[in-house]
Amino acid sequence: MVIADMIKILIEHLSLQYSDGKESLRDINLEIPANEITVLFGPAGGGKSSLLRIFNRLNDLADVKLISGKVLMDDTDILDPKLDVISLRRRVGMVFARPVVLPMSIRSNLTYGLELAGEKQETKLNEAVERSLVQAALWDEVKDRLDEPAVSLSGGQQQRLCLARSLVLKPEVILLDEPTSGLDPISTGKVEASLHDLKQTYTIVLVPHSVQQAARVSDFAGFFLQGELIEKGIGKELFINPKDKRTEDYIMGRFG
Amino acid sequence: MAALHRQGKIYINPGSSDLRLTRQKIGFGCLSLITLVTVIPILAVVIYILIKGLPAISWTFLSTFPFDGVKQGGIFPAIIGTFYLTLGTAIFSVPLGIGAAIYLSEYAPENRWTRMIRIAIINLAGIPSVVYGLFGLGLFVIFLKFGTSILAGSLTLSIMTLPVIISTAEEALRAVPQSFRVVSISVGATRWQTIRRIVLPQSLPGIITGVILGLERAAGETAPILFTAASFFLPRLPNSFLDPTMALPYHLFVISTQVPGMPVKIQYGTALVLIVFVLGMNLIATTIRSRARAHRQW
Repeated sequence: MVIADMIKILIEHLSLQYSDGKESLRDINLEIPANEITVLFGPAGGGKSSLLRIFNRLNDLADVKLISGKVLMDDTDILDPKLDVISLRRRVGMVFARPVVLPMSIRSNLTYGLELAGEKQETKLNEAVERSLVQAALWDEVKDRLDEPAVSLSGGQQQRLCLARSLVLKPEVILLDEPTSGLDPISTGKVEASLHDLKQTYTIVLVPHSVQQAARVSDFAGFFLQGELIEKGIGKELFINPKDKRTEDYIMGRFG
Repeated sequence: MAALHRQGKIYINPGSSDLRLTRQKIGFGCLSLITLVTVIPILAVVIYILIKGLPAISWTFLSTFPFDGVKQGGIFPAIIGTFYLTLGTAIFSVPLGIGAAIYLSEYAPENRWTRMIRIAIINLAGIPSVVYGLFGLGLFVIFLKFGTSILAGSLTLSIMTLPVIISTAEEALRAVPQSFRVVSISVGATRWQTIRRIVLPQSLPGIITGVILGLERAAGETAPILFTAASFFLPRLPNSFLDPTMALPYHLFVISTQVPGMPVKIQYGTALVLIVFVLGMNLIATTIRSRARAHRQW
């Protein structure tokens, strides 16, 4: 099955186990196509978030007992213990379930990562701030108050700021872990709409907060159940005509 | 039986809100009485010392040396000595204490080793101060040959202060939401950059509060400096950190117990200065904490 011209991330026989034996992944084989929205969905505890956190090696912070298999982003071996994780994280941005803005101004939330990356020129910082806010559909709402504390924004605005914060570093891949779970339908709509524009430039991997969202936004989808990838395929086909009984049951709302 | 009885009562009188309201009032009354009982002695001590000590306070009292076998004159060298000792304690205990707290909160894994360190810190805080004094005498004064000096006294006070600083600083660091760290790391910060740019600035008010509370204890202690730094009377200020010094708490101890015919006014005057010194530090700590709480963005 040809999914896209280019595969951005290739996952082969990936298995993961945490020390406390909690969530794990078993023998995952998946291709994340470039410049598409890939949706990883399924009931809680299925390993979707764990997989996301492998892509930017954020699982380094967790107590991982065992990890095996292969994860390649272009030619980069993501699981390589010698990999420069800092530069990996600049290539792979992440947005979390709850909007977490850093306790500083709106502007500083965006320039934080850039300054860490060594960018000092004021004009370039300003450009990047504007570009990322426009991309996250937030610019018009905050352009006159960039120096106000980021916590003064509403929940939906905060989450779009978080999206902008990951975009400001010009990553190649954006990971979104239930980015709209705390948002109202209007804010959710705004985030989903900006994702649609963003895929022209970025590869997007999304863990949706509902099956409906999965069906709405996915170009490509994978169904996860208890650490296993049950089914994968082109979004429209998978949601209309799932091949596996368990996928169908979940989509129809018979469990989960 | 008692539980059954209570249950029965509520069941029989489901609407007896009067009774419950009365009980609640009695309960609150008892609690406020207990609070009052604890506050009264503190107020009494402060007011008593104010009344007895205030007449002694004058610029001369604060800025001159004692004479006539310390029965007359001021307490200037004791004030300066306590200032030196507190400063010396800060120099040693603040970097060490904050460093240890950062290690425990940000780097150390949860295992038997770190649990042991934590238990040790808690127990250190419970050791009587005179034991620290004896330890300081053995280690710093005699073994390391620092002699009775500001250096030996500061180091002894530092050991005593460290547990307070470490545990309050660790608590302040841990209060910073974990999600800030995760976000910072996810945009390409190292662990240390995250600590320096996010965690430390956010926890700084809490850390400073802990530091001041620890130093305040050091400033008021007598026993640890008894054998390590303090001197009964010195005709001049210490020239270096290897000189002994006079200090407020020790001076108060001496003039209250060792000098026959000591004017009561000077005793209470000295006590007042010491209390103002310590409560003043406390006030600064409280102000920093409440200001930071008001401005906190999480």
